[in-house]
Amino acid sequence: MAFVDDYPFEAKVVRRLLLFALSALAVGGAFGLIQTLHRTGFLRIMESSTYYTVLTVHGVLLVLVFTTFFILGLFTWAIAKDLDGLPSRRLTWGWVALVHVGTLLAAIPMFAGFVEFTDLSADVLFTFYAPMQAHSLFYIGAALLIVGTWVAGFDWIRTWLRWKNANPGDRVPLRTYMVLITMALWYIATLGVAVEVVFFLIPWSLGLIETVDPLLTRTLFWFFGHPVVYFWLMPAYLVWYTVFPKLADGRLLSDPLARLVFVLFLLSSIPVGIHHQYLDPGIAEGYKVVAMSNTMFVLLPSLITFFTVIASIEYGARRRGGTGVFGWLRNLPWDRPAFTGVAFAGLLFAAGGFSGMVNAGMNINYLVHNTAWVPGHFHLTVGTAVALTFMATTYYLLPQLTGKELRWRKLGVWQTALWFVGMVLFSNALHRQGLEGVPRRTAEPQYQGFDYDVATGSMAELDLQVAFGGVILTLSLLLFYAVVIRSLLGARTQIDSEVMPEPLSGAENAPKVLDDFRVWIGISILLILVAYTIPFVSIAADGLLEPGGPAYPMIAWYG
Amino acid sequence: MDIQKHEKLWLVAGVAFIVLLIATVVYGTVGAGVSMVDDSGGTIAPDEIPDDDRFGEPRVEHVEGDEYEVYVVSRMFIFQPGTVEVPEGSTVTFYITSADVIHGYQLVGTNVNTMVIPGQIAEITVEFDEPAEYGVVCNEYCGSGHHDMEGMVEVVPEDEWEGA
Ligand code: HEM
Ligand SMILES: [Cu+2]
Ligand SMILES: [Cu+2]
Repeated sequence: MAFVDDYPFEAKVVRRLLLFALSALAVGGAFGLIQTLHRTGFLRIMESSTYYTVLTVHGVLLVLVFTTFFILGLFTWAIAKDLDGLPSRRLTWGWVALVHVGTLLAAIPMFAGFVEFTDLSADVLFTFYAPMQAHSLFYIGAALLIVGTWVAGFDWIRTWLRWKNANPGDRVPLRTYMVLITMALWYIATLGVAVEVVFFLIPWSLGLIETVDPLLTRTLFWFFGHPVVYFWLMPAYLVWYTVFPKLADGRLLSDPLARLVFVLFLLSSIPVGIHHQYLDPGIAEGYKVVAMSNTMFVLLPSLITFFTVIASIEYGARRRGGTGVFGWLRNLPWDRPAFTGVAFAGLLFAAGGFSGMVNAGMNINYLVHNTAWVPGHFHLTVGTAVALTFMATTYYLLPQLTGKELRWRKLGVWQTALWFVGMVLFSNALHRQGLEGVPRRTAEPQYQGFDYDVATGSMAELDLQVAFGGVILTLSLLLFYAVVIRSLLGARTQIDSEVMPEPLSGAENAPKVLDDFRVWIGISILLILVAYTIPFVSIAADGLLEPGGPAYPMIAWYG
Repeated sequence: MDIQKHEKLWLVAGVAFIVLLIATVVYGTVGAGVSMVDDSGGTIAPDEIPDDDRFGEPRVEHVEGDEYEVYVVSRMFIFQPGTVEVPEGSTVTFYITSADVIHGYQLVGTNVNTMVIPGQIAEITVEFDEPAEYGVVCNEYCGSGHHDMEGMVEVVPEDEWEGA
């Protein structure tokens, strides 16, 4: 019995959310190609001033819409499966509607940016730094989207409490545990951006207040902006821990360690946002050092994951007859696209981890901050570790959600391999351009007054690699949709139900305190207070709206 | 909680690695005396710029000996002054603020790099030992003409230096 047979209502909700997520990925990906060719100068189909409208859509659709909707779907599936369905259809449809409406509202000014004869626009990129101003619909839509996710979390928490009452004394099922910790992180992290948007940007864009303090709103944004990357990554880890081992016929090594990893993320990923502000005037060096030290500790849970996940699939490979120190790698299921997708995502995440360590080092950061190095880095992390994992997850869940088999599986394997190859080219060249000083977020990073001084090879060569990589990535996306659509066109068949194999070391070995959410949320808040109280107080000391200047509505043909 | 032997080793190695990373970076910044952009530059609201002693007339100023100060105003989509000229062997402190939105100021390919935030004054000190030409770019999106926003820093040989 597939998930859709057991839980038709929940399956429908998940399908809705995934459909929206994957549509956002399609549009965002197409815009990615346009940007790539424009930046490198190979093909310019628009004015350079329009580049920023495209870049806004690319950033927002991919990291705020695609990720959020996919995660809502994935978590709904996980909760419904672990805890036997969601109790209230009205509540569930309520938040599903809310996130859709919010996103569509925000999309209106974003896309109106392409139309010359309206002053509706939101060319502010996904970071929307004040005093650049978007139309108020953009902020209002974003706020509704966030509130929708809060209600979704409430829905899942309620479901868990109901289950807990019915099963007193039982350990929280692993996937549910992961969902709940991730949502705890999300509630705390979104407070920053919610305060920024609701108390400052919305009243300001409606003309109710004259000025905002650009440093304060920016710091509130980054309070959210770093943990949000773990809000994307932890759902990918849910798949790595609870789906990936099974794909290799293995078993998760240790349930307790998986729980520990999620707790470590909750503790270490929030009091670090200032590492995005190493170069900001107005923040004293001491807080930057605190943020830096905390940042390095975020490495720990990922290092543990690396070990646990590899050991878990090695176990599977050896059961499939694998031998030798590395020989077992041959016995992994390289013909399953869900497996290869996660495997390639994990490999590139390791590379992204290295470039992330460079970013985190305060001194080296000064060389690469806001250069092409940065998009080089995060296309490995959110653009691959998360996005490619979600594509693989789509392959995995599609039969469960539709009762149809995954078709064209070989093509699916090629799709994941192409993403890997394309991303290696694209990202490596962007990293290298960044070291030469090529800025990010720039339509034409070619200048009148100077040339770049490229150490080995030439800038033209690097541009070619970026563009070629971008084309391969786009091709990979097309294949992804081909596989999904072909599978959806198939007939319904009998699909076995999804079971997660028992971990080698089960939940009974995990200290009980790991399941006491209050403890971890409490410690997390304490750490945040230590890292943030003084910076916020000192930034706000001269007045919450001071020093500020006039607003600058961002309209593409402005100036 | 039972943790395997190998896993324990890995954990310990991981923590040691992180501590080492922090130590090297702290040494590389605090120890080696590389100065970070911080709150030492102070604040100035954008509407105070025209009447300000330093930023009302953006310029290079000779302090004494080898020391120079540069007051830069960033605005859509130029830097004022667009070209900064200083002599070789000088120690130059840049004070940079914005008249409108957030910008960036980076000497291309170097770690002389700062955010320029309206209301705040970024302060960075650089030693220019040799004659050289550096391109300057705005590396934070600041509007539809962002890609046109560039400048130069020219470090000229002693004998060509005509004074600030
Ligand atoms: C076909 C695949 C893709 C291509 C060709 C592509 C290309 C690009 C390029 C060239 C930029 C840099 C633009 C600039 O700084 O001037 C960029 C920025 C970005 N991309 Fe992608 N991308 C792709 C997929 C993705 C995915 C899957 C994600 C995340 C899930 C993503 C997230 C972002 C974000 C957040 C930015 C930064 C936007 C900003 O600076 O405001 N991209 N992309
Ligand atoms: Cu971060
Ligand atoms: Cu700019």
